[in-house]
Amino acid sequence: MLDTLIAGLLRGNVYALGAVGISLVFGVMNVVNFAQFSFFGLGAMLAWFFITTLGLPFWLALPLVLVVCAALGLIINISVVRPLAKFLPLAAMLSTYAVSQILDNASQIAFTAQFRVFPPVLPNSNLHIGNMRFGTSDLVMLSTTAVVMLVMSLFLKYGKVGRAIRATSQDQEAALQMGIPVGLVQHVSFVIASALGGLAGVFIALYVGVANPASGLNIGLTAFVAATLGGLGSLVGAVIGGFVLGILEAFGIHFFGDTSRQIIIFVILIVVLIARPGGLLGKVPLISTEPLTGTFLGKGRPLRIPRWVWAAAFVVLGIVIPLLRNDYVLITGTQVLIYAIIAAGFTVTAGQAGVLALGQAGPIAIGAYMSAALTMQLHFSFWVALPVAGLCAAIVASILASPIWGVKGHYISIATLGLGITIVAVIQLIVPQGIYNIPVPQWFGTALTTPTAYYLIDFGVLVITLLVMWRIRRSHLGKVISSVGSDEVAALASGVRGRNYKALAFAISAFFAGIGGSLLAHQYTYIDPTIFTMLMSLLVVTIVIMGGVSLPYGAVVGAIILIGAMELLRFTPELRIIVYGLVLILVVRFRPGGILVRNS
Amino acid sequence: MSDALLQVENLERHFEGLKAVDGISFTVAPGEVVSIIGPNGSGKTTTLNLVTGTIRAHGGSIVLDGTRIDRVDSARIAEHGIARTFQNGRVFATLSVADNIEVGMHSTLRANRPFRELSNFFLLRWIPLLGELFIAIIGTPASRREDKQIKNAVETEIHRFEARLGPRRDDPAYSLSYANRRRTEIARALALKPKLLVLDEPTAGMNQSETAEVLEQLLELKAEGQAILLVEHKLDLVMIVSDRVIVMDGGRIIAEGRPEDVRHDPSVIEAYIGRRRTVGGGDEE
Repeated sequence: MLDTLIAGLLRGNVYALGAVGISLVFGVMNVVNFAQFSFFGLGAMLAWFFITTLGLPFWLALPLVLVVCAALGLIINISVVRPLAKFLPLAAMLSTYAVSQILDNASQIAFTAQFRVFPPVLPNSNLHIGNMRFGTSDLVMLSTTAVVMLVMSLFLKYGKVGRAIRATSQDQEAALQMGIPVGLVQHVSFVIASALGGLAGVFIALYVGVANPASGLNIGLTAFVAATLGGLGSLVGAVIGGFVLGILEAFGIHFFGDTSRQIIIFVILIVVLIARPGGLLGKVPLISTEPLTGTFLGKGRPLRIPRWVWAAAFVVLGIVIPLLRNDYVLITGTQVLIYAIIAAGFTVTAGQAGVLALGQAGPIAIGAYMSAALTMQLHFSFWVALPVAGLCAAIVASILASPIWGVKGHYISIATLGLGITIVAVIQLIVPQGIYNIPVPQWFGTALTTPTAYYLIDFGVLVITLLVMWRIRRSHLGKVISSVGSDEVAALASGVRGRNYKALAFAISAFFAGIGGSLLAHQYTYIDPTIFTMLMSLLVVTIVIMGGVSLPYGAVVGAIILIGAMELLRFTPELRIIVYGLVLILVVRFRPGGILVRNS
Repeated sequence: MSDALLQVENLERHFEGLKAVDGISFTVAPGEVVSIIGPNGSGKTTTLNLVTGTIRAHGGSIVLDGTRIDRVDSARIAEHGIARTFQNGRVFATLSVADNIEVGMHSTLRANRPFRELSNFFLLRWIPLLGELFIAIIGTPASRREDKQIKNAVETEIHRFEARLGPRRDDPAYSLSYANRRRTEIARALALKPKLLVLDEPTAGMNQSETAEVLEQLLELKAEGQAILLVEHKLDLVMIVSDRVIVMDGGRIIAEGRPEDVRHDPSVIEAYIGRRRTVGGGDEE
């Protein structure tokens, strides 16, 4: 039992370091920094490289790692995050994810993806109290963290820059007017956060004993949850969140096994957010001074689209492309269409209801697995399984999401992120292996296996999706949902029950996500949990942002760019992610409301 | 005063120990215009927020037309017939002026909201939600008739501010001037056909001629028999439009009566310009 507690403390130690970095950056920039994830993996790999390959002593390697991470952090902030945060904090968040992907890929090119044994630089079981064993290594880690936290708190309390950091995180505008160099403060915070991330990475490698470039993701996600748990922007909260999560996780793994790790983490998160919507130490204002959920909605008017464009688009997408009979184009086209369906359905949640859900991979996975199960176990026809899969995705996702609609702002995004990951984790628990031989659709006894057939099915579904979304947008219901996204307090005062409509919007989006999942399953004929990643969820979000967050047809344009054009770069995955990042950055810089939205 | 439209008794609300509203009681009769005035931080806006359910009371009771409303959420209060505007102006920025007003009509709709009685019940609320979704996608003859009524009603409300809002009816609200946003907000509140209209500083940020315009519109509403609860700093407007004035300071009512009486009340003069040693609370958002 005590062993578990120690394990929890050591893990919590790492999470706390990472969470402080995330909270620090969030406080001064209002940006959720996914790039922090990469610094864990990077810190570990750099330390491994310095010690094993260059033969440096640990005490020299550690500061070197911190310096490299800090420098990288500065570069990232100057080149990507700060320029974008000015336009749209949300886009900055997505771009930090792109940065994190770029870093992971670069690190993979440099160090290869294989797990490396981390050298045992410090003894880790040379001491004991009673029959509980621990090592110098553990003591060094815990005491380093304690020292770091102490120095940080003194710095923030008494240091000139520290005070400037606190002032900036309370009110950026006011800080700027008082002559605080907000830009510098943000750079400093980013540098500190990145160095802390590197430190946490070294520690986790010391603790686990192995490291690889991708090992940062899970720890990063947990640190992120820890920061949220404590209350984004609150550093004390981040430390508490880190240790609480570390200890609870250690006991959870002790009792339920390692596969339940993510589920435990996100269940804790969601429970805390329901009880305290601003995290343990965070505060949510009684009446939001500005509509929190709507702040990311870009202001601007959708471009007027002449009727002939619709007709032309229909002819090109529905008739010309299938007639080309080019398999490569058609296969890419099916991907574009499926993502367009998912994203078009998502616009009602992200654009109209103003809920930036980051976990659409969850309902997509439900749809895919449901459809596979229905056709394989119950021998349903594909045509029946398709809508049923959509309904199941809507129902299951709605039940799971039902507690979170009172949560606001960034927290609701994080809660849905957790929801998506939890859904996929649960599916992995139930069906650990992939599913093969999912039947292809049949049309009066003929198996539809050609790319043209897939393409036409997807095209038909997309047309129906767009029609439904168009009807909803034009209706009273659509306006009511938009009012909730615009200003929930005012909507309530007009007799609109915001939570109900957010839940309905989410259910509609989950339905189309499930439909998309079903289409994917029957066209891949193989699915496993690794398909439904966080990257998939973020891709859906990026697609809608690219096209215009509340425009269903914008999702089609977004999908063509992000799925179609990216497909051209498939031969070089690293470059692809870099281009993805660049495209996003350019769109946000020049068309913050989306490609089909005129700036105002 | 059992014939009162709104009856507030011993209403209390504190913020972390600070008593923003400290046991106040007042009434609004049908067709009456009652104004609340007082220095900043005296608890006026908090009182409005309590009456409209935007925040919860810590004590006391609020009765509207015979129904207690101090324990229900603001959506239900809107359905009971209280519509409001906000101090800083809260329009739905991404919706057009016409759509803003249409949302205001939400609680008056029937055909577009089947089974709406179930909206407040756990799980059963999905029946009206799915019903609304069906109406939105397919529609019924009744809902199409109602859509026409919505359109007409929206036109009526826009007509109230024809010169200002007429040319802007299809523009998104974020593109409007400050004064036009306030007008849109008032139009949205009136679309609810409220028994009681609650206005929080409707002329804040307006110049003299715009204020005069609002005054005229308020007098028109008064003539139509609309009951109004008004918080306003511009005393000239308050004195003209109000039937009764309530003066608040430090969360309490320090004077109450006809405008001309209140104007000369020494405690009111002291609260506004006198040398007060204690400073009232800071609840205004």
